[in-house]
Amino acid sequence: MPAVKLPKWATQSVSRRHEKLIQAALFLCAALSVLTTAAIILVLLTNAVYAPGAKTAFFERVSLWEFLTGTHWKPVDGESGRFGILPLLCGTIMVAVIASVVSVPAGLGAAIYMSEYAASREREFLKPLLEILAGIPSVVFGFFALKFITPWILKPVLGLFGVNLQIFNTLSAGIVVGIMVTPLIASLSEDVIRSVPRSLREAAYALGSTRFDVSVRIVVPAALSGILAAFLLAFSRAVGETMAVTIAGGQQAIATLNPLQGAQTMTGFMVHASTGDSSADSISRMSIYAVGIALFAITLTINIISGWILRRYREVYQ
Amino acid sequence: MPAINPSSVPPSVAGVDRNLDMSAHAAAIEARGLDFYYGDHQVLFDVSLTVPERSVTALIGPSGCGKSTFLRTLNRMNDLIEGSVCRGEILVEGQNIMDPAVDVVLLRKHVGMVFQKSTPFPKSIFDNVAYGPRVSGERNRSVLADLVESCLKKAALWDEVKDRLTKPAMALSGGQQQRLCIARTLATNPRIILMDEPASALDPASTDRIENLIGELCANYTIVIVTHNMQQASRVSHQTAFFYKGVLVETGPTLKIFTGPSEKRTEDYITGRFG
Repeated sequence: MPAVKLPKWATQSVSRRHEKLIQAALFLCAALSVLTTAAIILVLLTNAVYAPGAKTAFFERVSLWEFLTGTHWKPVDGESGRFGILPLLCGTIMVAVIASVVSVPAGLGAAIYMSEYAASREREFLKPLLEILAGIPSVVFGFFALKFITPWILKPVLGLFGVNLQIFNTLSAGIVVGIMVTPLIASLSEDVIRSVPRSLREAAYALGSTRFDVSVRIVVPAALSGILAAFLLAFSRAVGETMAVTIAGGQQAIATLNPLQGAQTMTGFMVHASTGDSSADSISRMSIYAVGIALFAITLTINIISGWILRRYREVYQ
Repeated sequence: MPAINPSSVPPSVAGVDRNLDMSAHAAAIEARGLDFYYGDHQVLFDVSLTVPERSVTALIGPSGCGKSTFLRTLNRMNDLIEGSVCRGEILVEGQNIMDPAVDVVLLRKHVGMVFQKSTPFPKSIFDNVAYGPRVSGERNRSVLADLVESCLKKAALWDEVKDRLTKPAMALSGGQQQRLCIARTLATNPRIILMDEPASALDPASTDRIENLIGELCANYTIVIVTHNMQQASRVSHQTAFFYKGVLVETGPTLKIFTGPSEKRTEDYITGRFG
């Protein structure tokens, strides 16, 4: 069959060429984040697992077994260096758990208040306020913990019970990280709570429910998967939080579960070590990448679990 | 006025006497001079209606005539809508429910409601019916089990679900879900049941079951039903009230409304000339 020759007006439109350009530009935007992630993973791997060229990667010098099970973290070059991640992991997990204890009830409570109790005018006022809280730089939160929460709240209160608190302590770091992630939980939970159909609420009210009955027996269970996913995302944010814990939690890498003393976290170590003066291919510098991989693995796992919960347990309404 | 042919009115369901002498029944609900506003927009104008106890009152009228709004004032569901204002008096068994001292939570147990869209909670069949008693504080398992059984029987659903009470209520068919919602309402032990187009989303067979159920329930409960379906109103109700543009145009025994209404607008509506 001979090819049909289309007239010029039907093939060469300016808008069509524009559309192609726009599509390419938008594709680049989307590709940028994917490429960045890939580059980060590449950098982590080439320094921690296998280094091309003259450099020796971290795990070529320290065994994975020692890294995961060792109980001492003493990242110095030479014979006395010890690279067991447990102390850093203790610090990180403690901060994240304390942060969750603070932020889960506060965030969920705020979400329930905003969607079930507050009048619309109140909500319009509260939501931006929470977003301001989310916008405060974390270094400010760190100093807030160090200069206010520890000396003016925790020390006097714990002092009443004769408990001694160090200047740098995991408790204040955990509390302040909890305050930081509360808006995240509140905002994500409020979104899923508001997506529970109005008809379910009305049906519950019509059966003689109080607001509290409706919130606790109907709305929260119906939105549970989304709420759990919000908790996990917040936990993962707490694990990755850096500045506040570095300032308030101190720099001592000790394997302890005592929140009254300081403990370095994984992120805290990374900041500390990268500002040090050891040479670029020394093992103390390389250990940053190993800790970075461990951190990445933890937050990625939590985010994947949270996404899975969201898909698996979502209630579907007509 | 063109005469309406009485033989065109369908027979009523069992249990419904459409020539009911309303003076022989005590009033379950008396609305007096009710005005209702959504913000600045007035949707009910000076509505006064008496609902005799243990009877079915059908509220009919074209969309937007205020019949659903009126229904929802009877258990103060409109309280949930921000900016709504209601003036006038509504006496439920002699008590003015507009009084701020009235606890709406208790009122809604006394005056139950079934909605157009069946709204089973994402829980088991058992937990749906047991919901009302549980929020009232009932914990005893055997009391709850007996209550669930008797309510499902009253709602003509027991035989279909007795073997799968722990299964999710969402898995039931539309008609079964609606009867479940009726059972769930009965479980709070109401005296009055409000129904907002309870069968409009159902197939004819399920509609039929709901209508027969209404005929059975009105021996013990006072029922007020909003319906778009003229035939349904004429089959299930003792008394019919016709709303138009927020005004209660005419109220009377159902047979009279459907065979010899006093108002021209009522006749035009039920003969299908508008609406």
